[in-house]
Amino acid sequence: MTKKLQNILLGGCLAFGLGLTSQASAEELRIGYISPVTGIFAQVGKDMVDGFQMYLDEHGGKLGGMDVKFIVEDDQGKPDAGVTKARKLILQDKVHMIIGGLLASTGYALAPVSTSEKTLYISSVSSADDLTQRQLSKYPYFVRTSWTSSLPHQPLGQWACDNGFKKVIVIAADYAFGYETAGGFQKVFEDCGGKVVQKIWPPLGTKDFGPYIPTFKADADAIFTTMVGPMALQFPKQLRGAGNKLPILGSGVSYDEFVLPFMGDEVIGDVSALHYSAAIDTPKNQAFVKAYRAKFGKVPGYYSENNYTTAMWLDEAIKKAGGKYPGPEEFIKVMASIKLDAPRGPVELDENRNPIENVYIKKVEKKKMFGYDKDELWNSVIKTYPKVSQFWTYGKDKFLAQPVYDRDFPPCKYCE
Amino acid sequence: MSQQQIKILIVVAVFGALALIVPHSGSFVVLLATRAMAFAILAMSVDLLLGFTGLSSMGQAAYFGVGAYLTAVLATKVHFGLGWDFWLVVVMGILLGAALAALFGLFAIRAGGVYFLMITLALGQCVWGLAYRWNSLTGGDNGINMSGRPNFGLDLTNEVTFFYLVFAFFAVSMALMYVLVRSPFGQSLAGIRERELRMQILGYNTWLHKYIVFIIAGGFGGLAGVLWAHTNGHVSPETVVLTTSVDSLLMVVLGGAGTLVGATIGTAIVFGLREYLSTLVPWWQYVLGGVYVLTILYLPMGLMGILARTGERLKSESKDERPKKLATKPS
Repeated sequence: MTKKLQNILLGGCLAFGLGLTSQASAEELRIGYISPVTGIFAQVGKDMVDGFQMYLDEHGGKLGGMDVKFIVEDDQGKPDAGVTKARKLILQDKVHMIIGGLLASTGYALAPVSTSEKTLYISSVSSADDLTQRQLSKYPYFVRTSWTSSLPHQPLGQWACDNGFKKVIVIAADYAFGYETAGGFQKVFEDCGGKVVQKIWPPLGTKDFGPYIPTFKADADAIFTTMVGPMALQFPKQLRGAGNKLPILGSGVSYDEFVLPFMGDEVIGDVSALHYSAAIDTPKNQAFVKAYRAKFGKVPGYYSENNYTTAMWLDEAIKKAGGKYPGPEEFIKVMASIKLDAPRGPVELDENRNPIENVYIKKVEKKKMFGYDKDELWNSVIKTYPKVSQFWTYGKDKFLAQPVYDRDFPPCKYCE
Repeated sequence: MSQQQIKILIVVAVFGALALIVPHSGSFVVLLATRAMAFAILAMSVDLLLGFTGLSSMGQAAYFGVGAYLTAVLATKVHFGLGWDFWLVVVMGILLGAALAALFGLFAIRAGGVYFLMITLALGQCVWGLAYRWNSLTGGDNGINMSGRPNFGLDLTNEVTFFYLVFAFFAVSMALMYVLVRSPFGQSLAGIRERELRMQILGYNTWLHKYIVFIIAGGFGGLAGVLWAHTNGHVSPETVVLTTSVDSLLMVVLGGAGTLVGATIGTAIVFGLREYLSTLVPWWQYVLGGVYVLTILYLPMGLMGILARTGERLKSESKDERPKKLATKPS
């Protein structure tokens, strides 16, 4: 209480002493950040915060010249709790914007809060497709700086065609994220002549794939997987253990830098797609990886990179807006006008407020990278699809005319 | 004035104070109080079973969930329940919760003790599974977003108005449950809790008694769900998940089973720690864990046990005094 009083007095004195000009520079940008700091996603939640905080630390706690008050709130990985905390940040802390949210379901839950409270919400990880697609008009104060679930997997479908794969089995975790990743892959893969011959949906958190692996069709020539958390570790181990040698084309999250250090040599050669890899060989990314690793003792994954980039984006936008926060509508316009050079490569917003970004087809290799002296697993980039939009090559109107990717869309035409 | 009347007066006074103070204490506090009160209705319904009948239900989230999903589905798919028809939705929520409990009760009431707990747990998980997998209706993992709160002359978008509405529902629920447990029916429930066999020998149909209270608890669960859906504006399988049931059970145990007020206090404490303290310090989970452990170790009757114990001590002291006085009186 006394501290608050002090602040007020101090602020008052400053305003008197320095006149009006000082007010603009002394203005503070209040950012509310929502991430699961406790619960089963606590480690991911920490990576998210670390990415954002690292950018702040590198820039003296300022974005675009404004002092930043960065308030982290814990949503425990529950959409309900996320909504409560977002309201707390808006009502009590009077934040200018809400950032974060890990799960797609949290993203869906937070977007309406931004509408009802007329506060900017930046989704820096959460990837639920429809928020920047068919439901966009409901959420005028919503921007995404990360990705849609299907965005990197549509190019992967093309890549599979180009590399001679004909028949693919899809096995993906049984929830919206699994459907959207697998759907994006299947749609593009079948449009360029491939066939998805089998679709299997193991429940989220499956640890024993014994019942699924023997049912794989014998005539397939690759497997597409979306595995999250412990599933990502178990599946390749059990698949190879069962003697199955089919190549894997995976979702990026099955092999991202968050799980990679815990994987064994059985994953070498597995291919996956994402909008980031720690092994992107650019000076910008190398500097980012080295700084992050020096600070936190591990290689950054997309959870950290996405938030680092979000902070960078805010920095540029505040600068461009003249060192102040101009309100959500204006700020979104400024953000949309910025072309960013991030660790993950060039990023900009499309007209639906979702990033257009590079997609990297990655292969797990054991090698030395960036001058580190140990052999480690890295996601080597084997092909880059530059400036990929969430609508891939279909165009916005044609893409939005189809339903959102789901368990039953696209239908499995070639499964008997 | 009898002791019971004094207790009621205290509760009413506290409620009155809350209704006056909360709206002036910052919008986040209003929001928290609203959430806690909606959830307290669920906790009290658990108390009906656990505290007054001796049935530990692990599936109360199921009725909560159907109430919430009913509200959300009606509001988003057919735009029903956003005006005067909100009251219809309330009735439907209560009926749906009760109907589901009537169905589940047929399976669950046959068993007692741990078996009852396991069966209700399994049935609760069935509802969760439905919410999670029935994508076309429930939106699956992503849940359902509602576009706004009802407006029938009273605009419930206003947090304070909505707080008073939930508060009214909460107070009425508590009063109804209080009347219920004080009624002869409630007394026979207590009899079942203490010794079911004796009640059977006395000629009571204990199965029917338990079945009826199970249905009533389900109805209150449904009501809590309807309010919960509007409090958050969002319903997801997280609403129906097992931890919701466990939470409600823990809140009752924490506050003191068999008191109704205890369930409310338990809810207030858990919400206070989990949603308010967590905004202040990162180690709130240790506090919550510590509170649970200490309660189990030292207050097996919950926080209300402290009151009961001091009450007894006072009584016994006055009893001690009386004989003395009598003795000192010259005969």
